[in-house]
Amino acid sequence: MSSAQIEIQLIGIVVAAACALPGVFLVLRGMAMMSDAISHTVLLGIVLGFLITGDLESPWLLFGAAAMGLLTVSLTELLNRTRLVKQDAAIGLVFPALFSIAVILISRFARGVHLDTDAVLLGELAFAPFDRLMLFGALLPRSLVVMSIILVINLLFILALYKELKLATFDAGLAAALGFSPALIHYGLMGMVSITAVGAFDAVGSILVVAFMVAPAAAAYLLTDKLERMLLYSVGLGALGAVGGYWMAHLMDANIAGSMATVIGLLFLLCLLFAPERGLLATAARRQRQRWEFAQTMLTIHLLHHEGTPEAGVENRLDHLHDHLRWEPAFAQGVVQRADERGLVRLENGSLHLTEAGRGLATTMLTEKR
Amino acid sequence: MVAGSASLTSDKTMSLLDLLNSLLFDHTIRTVALGTATLGIVSGVLGSFAVLRKQSLLGDALSHAALPGVAIAYMLTGSKSPAVLMLGAGAAGVLAILLLINITRQTRLKEDSVLGIVLSVFFGFGLLLLTFLQRNPDARQAGLNTFLFGQAATLLTRDVVTMAIFGGLALLFVAVFWKEFKLLSFDREFGASLGLPMPRIDMLLTTLLVVAVVIGLQAVGVVLMSAMLVAPGAAARQWTNHLGRMTLLSALFGALAGVAGALLSSLGTGLSTGPVIVLCISVIVLFSLVMAPNRGLLWNYLRQWRNRRRLRTEAVLENIYLMSSQHDDPSHPHAITALEAVSGAGNVRRSLEELQRRGLAVPYDGNKWALTAEGVRAAQTRLQPAQKDEK
Amino acid sequence: MDADKLAVQVADLTVAYQEKPVLWDVDLDVPQGVLMAIVGPNGAGKTTMLKAILGLLTPAAGHVSIFGKPYQQQRSLVGYVPQRGSVDWDFPTSVLDVVMMGNYGKLGWVRRPGAADRRAAQSALEKVGMADYADRQISQLSGGQQQRTFLARALMQDAQVYFMDEPFQGVDATTERAIVDLLKELRAQGKTVLAVHHDLQTVPEYFDWVMLLNVRRIASGPVNEVFTDENLRAAYGGRVGFLNKRQDHEPA
Repeated sequence: MSSAQIEIQLIGIVVAAACALPGVFLVLRGMAMMSDAISHTVLLGIVLGFLITGDLESPWLLFGAAAMGLLTVSLTELLNRTRLVKQDAAIGLVFPALFSIAVILISRFARGVHLDTDAVLLGELAFAPFDRLMLFGALLPRSLVVMSIILVINLLFILALYKELKLATFDAGLAAALGFSPALIHYGLMGMVSITAVGAFDAVGSILVVAFMVAPAAAAYLLTDKLERMLLYSVGLGALGAVGGYWMAHLMDANIAGSMATVIGLLFLLCLLFAPERGLLATAARRQRQRWEFAQTMLTIHLLHHEGTPEAGVENRLDHLHDHLRWEPAFAQGVVQRADERGLVRLENGSLHLTEAGRGLATTMLTEKR
Repeated sequence: MVAGSASLTSDKTMSLLDLLNSLLFDHTIRTVALGTATLGIVSGVLGSFAVLRKQSLLGDALSHAALPGVAIAYMLTGSKSPAVLMLGAGAAGVLAILLLINITRQTRLKEDSVLGIVLSVFFGFGLLLLTFLQRNPDARQAGLNTFLFGQAATLLTRDVVTMAIFGGLALLFVAVFWKEFKLLSFDREFGASLGLPMPRIDMLLTTLLVVAVVIGLQAVGVVLMSAMLVAPGAAARQWTNHLGRMTLLSALFGALAGVAGALLSSLGTGLSTGPVIVLCISVIVLFSLVMAPNRGLLWNYLRQWRNRRRLRTEAVLENIYLMSSQHDDPSHPHAITALEAVSGAGNVRRSLEELQRRGLAVPYDGNKWALTAEGVRAAQTRLQPAQKDEK
Repeated sequence: MDADKLAVQVADLTVAYQEKPVLWDVDLDVPQGVLMAIVGPNGAGKTTMLKAILGLLTPAAGHVSIFGKPYQQQRSLVGYVPQRGSVDWDFPTSVLDVVMMGNYGKLGWVRRPGAADRRAAQSALEKVGMADYADRQISQLSGGQQQRTFLARALMQDAQVYFMDEPFQGVDATTERAIVDLLKELRAQGKTVLAVHHDLQTVPEYFDWVMLLNVRRIASGPVNEVFTDENLRAAYGGRVGFLNKRQDHEPA
């Protein structure tokens, strides 16, 4: 591996980690699409910052962009509060408008400068190692330095406000009652999303910012219920996606950002299918098992229900289960067989009877309700 | 100075005339304007439903998701024909919707997360495919890049014809299934209780939304297409409480923004059409939010202001009456200063003048005011229910 | 009882959400021409039962018949009043338009409601005391007026059996009176009404039949036979004494 290759992967990992941290909270709070909005509108902040300072390297651009991210959030809320449009429409109105202004400003006043819109949307990680700056006597890639600083800021923010963030995410009402300002936490989080989006899109483009923020966090949410683990897993998955994506791009000689997004998507797909407990396969298997168990319980309750009633003779016949419970004959056969094996029912001359165990199960299920 | 400003004005008139001229006679500009107008109409109509169904961000996800579809369609067929690319985009859009619905239903993930994933991963994958295509010099001209920001200026007659055919079909479906779509958007469960196949109606409407997205991609591009689905509907909603009128108005707004954007960007400013169209429609939205009668912010503000004034005036009326009733003479005049002391802040004189206009109060030698007989009656009726409550 | 005379017959109805039971093996016979309240604590499965009967949920087992035939064949005999809060009242449409939706099932595809439907909708609105509100935008309605609009839409369905989900929820006194009158009128016409109801105190006054439900059927029948302290205790788990109106606050 050349040092440029290592640097690109390092940048990818740092970007993935920095994005994954706020991403977890976005996913949990149902605000994932705000990352899409913010990652687009920060462009306007950068353009305005550039027009004012005339310098693309100025750190003020970063602040301008982060401020624009927060402005996006508050404009959306303002619009939503008029109750003239719904929340989703408010997002969909604000960010394209701000983004359009940015694109127009670039084409009017900033043409020729290295600020073309394609690069902003798509990013070009391959060039990142060429843009270097001096730090502590070493010439380091700019993106790596910037993203490392942002990663540290995100980490510090989450560590400092961990308790509050957790509470505000899972029980906003209680958090407010305990005196944590939900607005402060909300804007803190949105500020984190904003600076991360600014820093990241230089390297990977704004669309990949969304992928890095949302997909690893969502995949992690399928793997665990614990917030600590979810943060860890999503950083890990994001980093894996970055490295895997880099090598896929390398092998196929393709766009790095697109490749990373694809690999992250594949990782999400793997978690979606195979996550223990929450994955689709595990869910399907569990449903299948529960379906048989549920059907057996249902059978005992059905029998108990009609025990000793005049219609019991009809209701309890094996060949009548189809009519009464709307079960396919094969399914009914399977249920009765399993219930028989478990000693819940016994079959006499085509008529079903509850055993003591079966009666016990039915009664418990009925009394405990759920 | 004077001459300068005069020439500026004449420049403006000239350019307006030019615009009109080019709209009517310049073939290229007419084609572009027709294309963007078609896009505006179709996305206005279908976007209305998306806004009402709280699916405003679905268009965003769908337009991003279309990119790999376009790339694959080109890879498979080698054709740049708009119909082929649109079919590819449409297929990718439908796949995205199916994923969206099923992942949201089968897992604990919320819809916004799944939207974000579908949007970014599909788009990233499309980007990956594009880098292959760009190595092929023929594909560079295939205009695939235009799908990012759109390039209305490159619209050809055949593109516009394709857009019009797909769009016309979509609108025809909306007309045919109008009442089903209305029911779906307002009360889906009631529709199901009537025995209507609501899931299929839902899929049909969503597929039509995909069609609208696909039509717009070439003109305004992936990123800004979402605005074309949200903004016209959101603006139209402010002006009317009638679904049919809202949809028509939304189509009109969409078309207006489309034509205006096409013309403005043709002025040689070098602006790409997509962002200009989006700015135009955003201005329409802003105007609607502020100015629309009944719902608009300005209207609301005026209503509140009028209410406050009415309440102040009525408080003054009650106060005069209460003060007078201590004198056994309900029409006993009182000094303004006394009224101000009782009524507190607010312009008492203006309230009194308002009462005078309504014939409820009369001034006495300059600074004193008294109620007329009618004013006494009005005050009594107002105070009656309150006194009843006190008992 | 003869099955043809029964307006609604539910047998062995079991409903589960993600394999968790919400209703266990519920049987219910409702004769024609009664007003039946379905009562039970929160989370007892009352709304679920209505939705399962109407085919809005797929039951794990059991079947429903209306006047002796499977529900799917008898849809035109059924009217439905969903919970008022289930829709967005800011939707751009008028009261008359909402009422006419009651007829969409009978209109068939493509056809639009015509003058005759308009007249029918207008007379349905008159029956709920909303004749003057036909052209009103639905966002301008009070809660009670919204409820009456939904009732008028169900009347528009011209059904034999009406299913109502909490028609009295959060309505003003005028509306409550209007709904009670409407229910009595429906009964006089031989129609059958099943309504999810929350206020135990008004059950004997408004209804003549009642079903007590708590995941399973506790009891059902004429109010004076079934609406007993003992059955109520069984349904509410002893937490609610008759007529002292304490509701339990379990989440639904």
